[in-house]
Amino acid sequence: MKVRVFVSLKNGVLDPQGRAIHHAIEGLGIHGVQDVRAGKMIELEVDASVTDAQLEEMASKLLTNTVIENYRIERVQP
Amino acid sequence: MSFRSAVITFPGSNCDRDMADALEKVSGTAPHRVWHGDAALPDGLDFIALPGGFSYGDYLRSGAMAARSPIMQAVIAAAGKGVPVLGVCNGFQVLTEAGLLPGALMRNAGIRFVCREVKLKVENTQSLFTAGYSAGQQIVIPVAHHDGNYFADAETLDRLEGEGRVAFRYAEPVNGSARDIAGVLNAAGNVLGMMPHPERVIEPAQGGTDGRALFESAVRGLVGA
Repeated sequence: MKVRVFVSLKNGVLDPQGRAIHHAIEGLGIHGVQDVRAGKMIELEVDASVTDAQLEEMASKLLTNTVIENYRIERVQP
Repeated sequence: MSFRSAVITFPGSNCDRDMADALEKVSGTAPHRVWHGDAALPDGLDFIALPGGFSYGDYLRSGAMAARSPIMQAVIAAAGKGVPVLGVCNGFQVLTEAGLLPGALMRNAGIRFVCREVKLKVENTQSLFTAGYSAGQQIVIPVAHHDGNYFADAETLDRLEGEGRVAFRYAEPVNGSARDIAGVLNAAGNVLGMMPHPERVIEPAQGGTDGRALFESAVRGLVGA
């Protein structure tokens, strides 16, 4: 089973990468973008035996730094 | 009495030799070199150093993988018993990722890698690491990092400042760090993390000597003389 963990910066944490991307989008001549926040998505292929609690543990102890990041876990239905 | 220190090397560390050299030159005793996969530290250590570099290629987040490597369990246990731990640059990132220091080190506000000498102000002169400096002293120490933008919530920053745990502040704009914080201490004062590289300025041949007092403070405080 495929699991996706979406990692994003917490609100209030400045995102210099998002800001640079925003600037580059404006460089494309496209206007109307209000804000850009950059995050990452980590895709795992797991056995059905891997529990939600184990996914939470992976996400909170390793895949994110909870001082600055939030995560959202999504099990992808086959 | 000899100074028993250890320098931890992770895959991708690149300042471990400089750190070992600085410790040997200042203390007169070569440090133990410890590999990240080792399960235990040498007995009776006076001092542990986590060097700069790009451990595990900065994969996931700077310092994230190193913080979970086998030797870090031993480092965390030693720090808990009061053994002094110095983390420089990537070592600072590892210490925050391991939970030994509060906050996190994010991408520099200016996006770019910053590699130059910077002016620092010494904020705390009471710690084991900083006793050799004078209060408010301005020193020049090089930085070389991409992720040195110190972040913590306002409450944590207030606490760090209130408890005198900000060891060094940047005296010029460098990376966007909250309240210009360049180095912080843990509550017990035996763990210091800092982005600038004191081990790169310990003798005139390196172009500066402002980092030497940090190592001298530690050696003097731990084994005397």
